[in-house]
Amino acid sequence: MRKKELMLIVTFHTTADAMAMEKRCKQLQAPGRLIPVPRSISAGCGLCWCAPTDSQEQIRAVMAQVGLREEAMHTCMV
Amino acid sequence: MIYLDNAATTLIKPPQVIDAVTEAMRSMGNAGRGAHGSSLSASRVIYDARCKAAELFGCARPDHVAFTGNATEALNIAINGLFAPGDHVISTDLEHNSVLRPLYRLESEGVISLDFVPADRRGNIDYGGFDRLLRPETRAVVCTHASNLTGNVLDLARIGRFTRQHGLLLVADASQTAGCLPIDMEKMGVDVLCFTGHKGLMGPQGTGGLCVREGVQIRPWKVGGSGVQSYSCTQPPEYPTRLEAGTLNGHGLAGLGAAMEFLLQTGVETVHAHEQALMRRFYEGVRDVDGVTVYGDFTASDRAAIVSLNIRDCDSGEISDALAEEHAIATRPGAHCAPRMHRALGTVEQGAVRFSFSYYNTEDEADAAVRAVRQLAAETAC
Repeated sequence: MRKKELMLIVTFHTTADAMAMEKRCKQLQAPGRLIPVPRSISAGCGLCWCAPTDSQEQIRAVMAQVGLREEAMHTCMV
Repeated sequence: MIYLDNAATTLIKPPQVIDAVTEAMRSMGNAGRGAHGSSLSASRVIYDARCKAAELFGCARPDHVAFTGNATEALNIAINGLFAPGDHVISTDLEHNSVLRPLYRLESEGVISLDFVPADRRGNIDYGGFDRLLRPETRAVVCTHASNLTGNVLDLARIGRFTRQHGLLLVADASQTAGCLPIDMEKMGVDVLCFTGHKGLMGPQGTGGLCVREGVQIRPWKVGGSGVQSYSCTQPPEYPTRLEAGTLNGHGLAGLGAAMEFLLQTGVETVHAHEQALMRRFYEGVRDVDGVTVYGDFTASDRAAIVSLNIRDCDSGEISDALAEEHAIATRPGAHCAPRMHRALGTVEQGAVRFSFSYYNTEDEADAAVRAVRQLAAETAC
């Protein structure tokens, strides 16, 4: 197992939103990748966007630019 | 065999569609049910298909494209999810049973009242009929974009202006036009566009969907696994998850995505022009043949690529069988799940033989079909 790091976690209402996030971040060269939602955030299931904490402004800018709404935005060890 | 039953399903698909399905069946996990590579690959493919459908149909939001198994399922979701007790719905005589039966059931259960704009002997409607049938409790117009029997197209933009003017919803069945005629649901004023993947879109069977305009709330018709919000007792309210309980047909949607990419690259206008040319070539070849009756209005500039006809008073099933057995031409006889349209045309007993053309048909095939009709007409003359 790799060592856990403090990361920015963005959760979404639907998988479609998560896929849109991945597509837009790739297009706009924003950092991060899709991972399962950490248990510390939600006991449900689904995908979330995991990115370095210092990219929060860039991630917010991407989401604002493309009109994507998060369910929640967290920082946690993953 | 010359395949002219494309209004039932297109037989020949772009090779990219077959390749995409094959690749998906080798590699695809369950979309939205994990974050490993196979699952993400499926999610990406399906999301890409949503984006293509939104682009193809003028739907403002890809996440408002919900996939289903076919147009019938999409129409059932829309019709059962939009109406409340006391609502009045207007439809038309052009409809397929996929529209009629869900509406009839709601009517028989006392949920809605229902009226139809009648069609004349050429299969046309009087658009003033919508105004005449309008009531204070009217909630929606549910109608096809084109008749699967005559090929006559309804002017959705005109109906959309009527529904917008009176605060109604417009639910459109694009089963015969998706991929064949340009569609822009925003410009046309369509609130819910239902489509199938295996006809004009040239994708696999078992695919379809509905595009929902932002702000339109459809109650989920089925609920269940969604991959998100697993501890919630109710279906997530957000589109498309709201309408997509259960595992999607990911393999099929991979093919549908490839088919829509083919159409976006080729251009629906190009496909439309080719199909129209074949349909008109065939029509011109048979329209004046002694004993042949052609149904529908061929003066209209826009039509689905369908020509339905009868030869004398012969059973349409016998003619279709002779076309298949003696001329190797595949057509569709009978009622075509369009009972009101057949009543309007006066063809309930005889049915009709439907010839329908696709992007992969050729002029030679249309000409062969003309020769076959002429020969059968001659053989059945007294």
